[in-house]
Amino acid sequence: MSWMSSEEYANTTSYKLSLLSDTKRRGYKVSVKNLNSWFGSKQALKDINFDVKENTVTALIGPSGCGKTTLIRCLNRMNEMTSSATVKGSVYLDDIDIYASNVDPVIIKRRMGMVFQKPNPFPTMSIYDNVAAGLKLNGIRNKALIREIVEESLKGAVLWDEVKDELGKPGLSLSGGQQQRLCIARALAMQPEVLLMDEPTSALDPIASAKIEELMNELRKELTVIIVTHNMQQAARVSDYTAFMYLGELVEYGPTKQIFENPQKELTERYISGKFG
Amino acid sequence: MIGAAGYTLFMLVLVAASVIEGSMPIFSFEGIGFFFGTDWNPVEGREAYGALPYVVGTLVSSAIAMAIGVPISLGIAVFISEISPPRFGTPIGFIIEILAAIPSIIYGLWALFVFRFWIVDFIERPLYEAFGGTIPLFARTPFGLDIFTAGIVLAIMIIPIISSISREILKAIPNSQREAAYSLGATRWETVWKVLFPYAKAGLLGAAILGLGRAVGETMLVTMVIGNAVGANAIPDTLFSPSQTLSSIIANEFNEAVTVFHSSALIALGAVLFILTMGINVGARLLVSRMVKVTPGAKE
Ligand SMILES: Nc1ncnc2c1ncn2[C@@H]1O[C@H](COP(=O)(O)OP(=O)(O)O)[C@@H](O)[C@H]1O
Ligand SMILES: [Mg+2]
Repeated sequence: MSWMSSEEYANTTSYKLSLLSDTKRRGYKVSVKNLNSWFGSKQALKDINFDVKENTVTALIGPSGCGKTTLIRCLNRMNEMTSSATVKGSVYLDDIDIYASNVDPVIIKRRMGMVFQKPNPFPTMSIYDNVAAGLKLNGIRNKALIREIVEESLKGAVLWDEVKDELGKPGLSLSGGQQQRLCIARALAMQPEVLLMDEPTSALDPIASAKIEELMNELRKELTVIIVTHNMQQAARVSDYTAFMYLGELVEYGPTKQIFENPQKELTERYISGKFG
Repeated sequence: MIGAAGYTLFMLVLVAASVIEGSMPIFSFEGIGFFFGTDWNPVEGREAYGALPYVVGTLVSSAIAMAIGVPISLGIAVFISEISPPRFGTPIGFIIEILAAIPSIIYGLWALFVFRFWIVDFIERPLYEAFGGTIPLFARTPFGLDIFTAGIVLAIMIIPIISSISREILKAIPNSQREAAYSLGATRWETVWKVLFPYAKAGLLGAAILGLGRAVGETMLVTMVIGNAVGANAIPDTLFSPSQTLSSIIANEFNEAVTVFHSSALIALGAVLFILTMGINVGARLLVSRMVKVTPGAKE
């Protein structure tokens, strides 16, 4: 997606990130360091460490309640929107510790797009305006540019052909699967470097899910994807790396093939063979 | 069901019929001119009754109340539901519920004996001294019993009502909407302004209209602070002029309305007020239902 050079993007938004002195961290896009999180006094994440390479798809798997959602929401500082939540540790996006005190969380969210479990298009907006929403929020006024990005994003989310003749219709008039792809397009329009997806297909039928899985292969070429899923087949199909979580801990992390064919931990082995979860 | 429907319909017809019947004498006397006349003279032999000044007084005082009250109410609702942590928001919400339950006459007493002097000292006189010579709106020595005071006190009365309903409406917006906005790099302010307000506009409009209905019909409080001018004098030519509303003149004069025309004129003013509040209600409903139609979010 090359509609904007990074200079242009930096000019259209108020880039306030101050680069920390570190070199680009060992070639990783996202690095999680000693990450802990609590809701009130209940610990939901325990000392999580892992690194994510650029242009890969990483799946977070694990039984319900193990902390997948909490973890992915910590990666773009969405978790702090929950008033009882606290976070300790670091998450690096390139060289930047997104939890450093001089980092504006708004900027982090622009660079790390998010797609939620339930499609959440803006109900008062048309299909077009839903996709354009983030651009307008970030002060882009150039109509032609917006139009171009909307089209690119809808194509990127494999929704363009289905909606190109009815862009003025309300976003909510679409089916559930289309709404989720609309939300993906909305996130892509921000030209994020990382896309975080929390069980994006759990509310969808198998055909719609398959569409979104196919999409993953395209997205990988442009950006870095981290996806939560409790569907192990899905993780095996779409991801390059898999992280298995259990009770707030990261039990095992590695290439997807290895996790599914030759897990190093007994707990992982038991989970992927369906013995619990 | 049928009983309830029957009862409400019966009451509506009964009230409407009595009001129409009671107004007949004044309409046969003044004709349609009753609506547009500005004189008000109950002295027998020189009688003249016109409703226009009180319609104007009602609309202007309510407009002032809305102009002041709606933004403040929305601000309070947003603060409680979107900005303050629950440990502040919950008690503030509770206090607002209490304020909403205070009988209006208590606001009236407080306004008459305390608050209007503050209005004169801190708002009206400074405005008069600064702009009285140049802007006609402020060109009158203020005494504090005028349409501006009435508007402000009405605003104070409706703020708790509008803000407590608006808060409920904002609270009912699913969190997924806020998260969608934040995930696009929206600030809190942009989230409120560009996502939450559009999402909830029908409900928020309904809350404002409810406040308007209360302001238009409010009687005692207005009677105590509006200055109770009569006839053409009740059409305010400045913000600081005394005026009169439909309900305040009825409250002021029902006691001394001994002639047929006088009492009939007051009943006819009641009819006008009735039509006005009905109009506001129906208009609001139409507006809201139209918004809901173009807002498929409502069916979510
Ligand atoms: N908003 C919240 N308040 C309190 N506890 C929460 C909240 N969200 C999640 N939790 C708790 O944190 C743990 C991890 O939850 P979550 O990250 O949603 O798990 P998963 O997505 O893997 O199902 C669970 O025990 C859950 O009950
Ligand atoms: Mg989850």
